[in-house]
Amino acid sequence: MRERTFAPSRILIYLIVLLIAAAWLAPLAVVVLNSLRSNEEIAQGSMIGWPQHWAWSNYVAAWSGFCVAETCAGIRPYMLNSALVTIPATIFSTLLGAVAGYAVSLWRFRGDTWIYGIVTLGLFLPQQMRLLPWTIVLRDIGLINTLAGLVLIHTIQGLSFTTLFCRNYYVAIPHELIRAARIDGAGFFRIFWRIILPLSPPILIVTVIWQFTHIWNEFLYGVTFTSGQQQPVTAALIALSAAVADIPQHGVQSAAVIIAALPTLLIYLLGGKYFVRGLTAGAVK
Amino acid sequence: MSNAAAIRPGRPALPEWVRRLPEYLMIWVPLLLSAAHLVSFSLWTIWISFTPSTLIPVSGWVGLRNYSAVAASRNWQIAFDNLLLFGSAFVLLSLVTGLALAILLDQRIRGENVLRSVFLYPLAVSFVVTGTVWSWLLNPGLGIQKLVHDLGWTSFKFDWLIDRDMAIWTIVIAAIWQSSGFAMALFLAGLRSVDTDIIKAAQIDGAGPIRIYRRIILPSLWPITITVVVIQLQFAISTFDLVRALTNGGPGIATQLPALVVYDLMFQRSLLGRGAAAAVLMLLILLAVLLPYAAWRYVQRRRAAHA
Repeated sequence: MRERTFAPSRILIYLIVLLIAAAWLAPLAVVVLNSLRSNEEIAQGSMIGWPQHWAWSNYVAAWSGFCVAETCAGIRPYMLNSALVTIPATIFSTLLGAVAGYAVSLWRFRGDTWIYGIVTLGLFLPQQMRLLPWTIVLRDIGLINTLAGLVLIHTIQGLSFTTLFCRNYYVAIPHELIRAARIDGAGFFRIFWRIILPLSPPILIVTVIWQFTHIWNEFLYGVTFTSGQQQPVTAALIALSAAVADIPQHGVQSAAVIIAALPTLLIYLLGGKYFVRGLTAGAVK
Repeated sequence: MSNAAAIRPGRPALPEWVRRLPEYLMIWVPLLLSAAHLVSFSLWTIWISFTPSTLIPVSGWVGLRNYSAVAASRNWQIAFDNLLLFGSAFVLLSLVTGLALAILLDQRIRGENVLRSVFLYPLAVSFVVTGTVWSWLLNPGLGIQKLVHDLGWTSFKFDWLIDRDMAIWTIVIAAIWQSSGFAMALFLAGLRSVDTDIIKAAQIDGAGPIRIYRRIILPSLWPITITVVVIQLQFAISTFDLVRALTNGGPGIATQLPALVVYDLMFQRSLLGRGAAAAVLMLLILLAVLLPYAAWRYVQRRRAAHA
């Protein structure tokens, strides 16, 4: 609305914004710095400080050294667990959601509005309402305390989001396009493969980023349905801080926190635009 | 469609439904699984909440006894009071912070993209990470208080984390840090979509920037405000990980929230019936927020359709 000048009011605006930005960055900065300080150094002062000796060994210990519940393999196995749950569940839920979104928006079939309406209720239903049934179902099909069980849960539950995202995107594709293709004899899969999928990269990126971030960061199902060596990294972090409660190792713990947060932070940095689009798309349900 | 097979000689004419079976399976199986699990799991949990189940689900009918037991427990009462305080404080403060940030960023600021990323990055990390980090910063023997003491101001006190009355505010602080950026992103989109012609007309009429904000821009943001409030409330009601990592419900049970009570009843005390009842109570609290919102959306849409 105004010209870029450096009037006192402009300086004040910059000052306020930069102060808030500093406050927002401070927690990350503190953890990064702590991850490079030795446990002894932190114990002498506070957790907020500049490293006197760069303790890179914290990362080695965090990655493959420290002990959680008698297993001393660091955070690596739990990172692997998280990856083995998040990557397949993200792929499955995105692909199935794309097909479902295409079916309810463009293909149309009897009962499509009904089933779509029920599926989107999944955006609102609290996880707590599904905890006991999932426990019983997973036990009955033999997937309790397995990564496959978590993949199943996140795929089915993720469908509510992925179907909604894709449906809202595909609705804008002209129906004439589909009708013409059908007259030419193209079937459900051919239209999806030849027409829908080539138009889909933007929404698929948004969906993949959204699903990956959510599944990687998920905690409740991880801690409820898995234990010990099968836990995802979020649950392992909690177990770690409980395990070292007597003799805190804040340097190593900080390094573990950074490692655990790195995948989603990197995705955010690389795909920020799509990340924000997912946020706002999820908001305008 | 069916004559397509007849044209090609030498190919057995399969019935239509068999040929289209893969298509039907692909359409129906994922959607049915999703819909069926939502409906049946909800009914299942509701059913368990009326049974005397403890360690394992059993049939039987105890009426509302689980509900009255949960509602009468100190654990739930504290959790519910905390939810009211945490929910309203968090929603209000994140709304104010988000709106303030959006307005500041809307002043044609240099490096707007970088600043926006700074305010949004906490949304990319898990609540477990957020809670852990803030539990260090707010720990009086480790974090901010210790730092200020080491700098020489030894009477400085900031020990909300271990103060029964103030501990819930540490959750508010961490939650605001984590999700004000979300409100900011939505408000910024709203600010950018205000009709610039109206603003120009007001400027020509001699209205100053504060007046323009108060009279034109802010009033146009209220539909977004309601959306933000509802989404943040939905988050507040189901808050679990953040508290688990930050205070684990403590000191004592001072920062208990409904989601923690549900988990505690189901998996630590093995009182499945009561746990299910607490989960249904959570759902009812959520519906008390979502149903008015859905009604409001419905009215808005009808009005838009008639306009």
